[in-house]
Amino acid sequence: MHPLLQVNNIRKMYGHRIGCTDVSFDLFPGEVMGIVGESGSGKSTLLNCLAGHLETDGGEVIFDTRDRGPVDTLTMSEPERRMLGRTDWAFVHQHARDGLRMSVSAGGNIGERLMAVGGRHYGNIRASAIDWLDRVEIEENRVDDRPSAFSGGMQQRLQIARNLVTGPRLVFMDEPTGGLDVSVQARLLDLLRGLVREMGLSAIIVTHDLAVVRLLADRLMVMKSGHVVETGLTDQVLDDPQHAYTQLLVSSVLQV
Amino acid sequence: MSEYNFAYLDEQTKRMIRRAILKGLAIPGYQVPFASREMPMPYGWGTGGVQVSAAALTPDDTLKVIDQGADDTTNAVSIRKFFERTAGVATTEETERASIIQTRHRIPEAALREDQILVYQVPIPEPLRFLEPRETETRKMHSLEEYGLMHVKLYEDISQHGQIATSYAYPVKVEGRYVMDPSPIPKFDNPKLEMAAIQLFGAGREQRIYAVPPYTKVVSLDFEDYPFEATKADHACDLCAAADSYLDEVIMDDAGGRMFVCSDTDYCRSRRAAGHVGRLGSEAPLSTGPEAA
Ligand SMILES: Nc1ncnc2c1ncn2[C@@H]1O[C@H](COP(=O)(O)OP(=O)(O)OP(=O)(O)O)[C@@H](O)[C@H]1O
Ligand SMILES: [Mg+2]
Ligand SMILES: [Zn+2]
Repeated sequence: MHPLLQVNNIRKMYGHRIGCTDVSFDLFPGEVMGIVGESGSGKSTLLNCLAGHLETDGGEVIFDTRDRGPVDTLTMSEPERRMLGRTDWAFVHQHARDGLRMSVSAGGNIGERLMAVGGRHYGNIRASAIDWLDRVEIEENRVDDRPSAFSGGMQQRLQIARNLVTGPRLVFMDEPTGGLDVSVQARLLDLLRGLVREMGLSAIIVTHDLAVVRLLADRLMVMKSGHVVETGLTDQVLDDPQHAYTQLLVSSVLQV
Repeated sequence: MSEYNFAYLDEQTKRMIRRAILKGLAIPGYQVPFASREMPMPYGWGTGGVQVSAAALTPDDTLKVIDQGADDTTNAVSIRKFFERTAGVATTEETERASIIQTRHRIPEAALREDQILVYQVPIPEPLRFLEPRETETRKMHSLEEYGLMHVKLYEDISQHGQIATSYAYPVKVEGRYVMDPSPIPKFDNPKLEMAAIQLFGAGREQRIYAVPPYTKVVSLDFEDYPFEATKADHACDLCAAADSYLDEVIMDDAGGRMFVCSDTDYCRSRRAAGHVGRLGSEAPLSTGPEAA
């Protein structure tokens, strides 16, 4: 099996400060990779480099495209990269309002990607929007409401629906459950797990909540000061951490 | 008169504007930035259109100025006077006789010819502004032809009103490439955007010029199941009986009496002169237009 994504030696500097460096890994189709580490360890920096939102200072992000096979997305043309961002890739932001159009109805938010790739049948677009509201457990009769009328958890579910409607092959998520109440987090996690399994999604999930990766991630990457200090199968890393930093991370969580 | 250069603007400024116009004609629908000048009138009065007209006018031209289809509104009269004074050009109210027509909110009913130029006053040139306020982003969307957002706007319209309720400034795609705001003309006028005359659009405050060359393909955006319709009030003109012209509704008295009249005053007048009589019309031309009420 070919990797869906091959990450080679990604490096990002903020002046003299390291954002992240020497990051390499492969992601296979249907696999979920978790990235954990304390605040400031470079998780978001790495994710944004991979998704093409930040310019890197070196490295390759090779994606197995539908039409051209493996292509380094960092050197592909901007139109092509933006097209990828609207079709085969999706990005779920920590703050739903960064990933939603707050002045557009829920239906319009979900329909946007469909229209961006040429959807021109109102009835079909609306039917998809309603279907996706249902899949993220939002009542159909909210389809014409704006996200500002939604709770934080609903906004986050709407953001997920808006991203998944085009059936992306790779989803980037930055703290998708961050900033939500614990009970709301649990429901969102359940939902995400269901969708990942059902759609066979490949995903890269950044979080500092080990419970999130325990539930969602097949593999784990532990970051500290911009470096990857440990990688492995999730259960293995969490149950038998090798690196001292990971041991600290795991034990501090266990104590909470 | 001698205090001004011909048509008010200095020659260097006119050259700069002409270059923007030529670039606009070369890339139909593309918004060309230009260094808008202070004009002796407020922005809302069509300074963009006035600058384009000033750059396009020659001493031999005959100018017509309309506002909502009428030649006699304050705005139209003052722009016409401005050019009479600063350029000394002939002016007319007859569409037929004009070589340059500056307009706000309408396209004349009579088909324009190849030897005519239609200049639009544009308040907001950016059709994507409604959903994406960032200029850097809208520029990128145009350059990459990412126009999905325009349909999001139409989607919102249908979901809120049961149909595409946008009735003015209805977005179009020009020559299969750029999405353009045709300025606040009623969508009834959209089909006329494919015409023999040159169309120039000037936005003063926003400092943009764009253009549609003669016989350019202009398509109004829509959905397969909600096709574009060039709608108008379902009446005939009460003065000239025209069934094919865009109508203004005019309140006649306190008792709620009203009439529908052509918004294009010259069109209405010429039809009446040719003997057409509407429901309330007489053969002697009346004073018309919304201002008449
Ligand atoms: N725009 C920036 N300019 C300068 N330094 C930055 C910038 N963004 C991040 N950094 C620095 O890069 C390092 C990694 O930051 P990053 O945001 O990637 O961490 P993180 O792991 O996502 O943290 P958190 O869990 O708090 O979100 C930090 O030292 C941070 O201060
Ligand atoms: Mg972060
Ligand atoms: Zn009439």
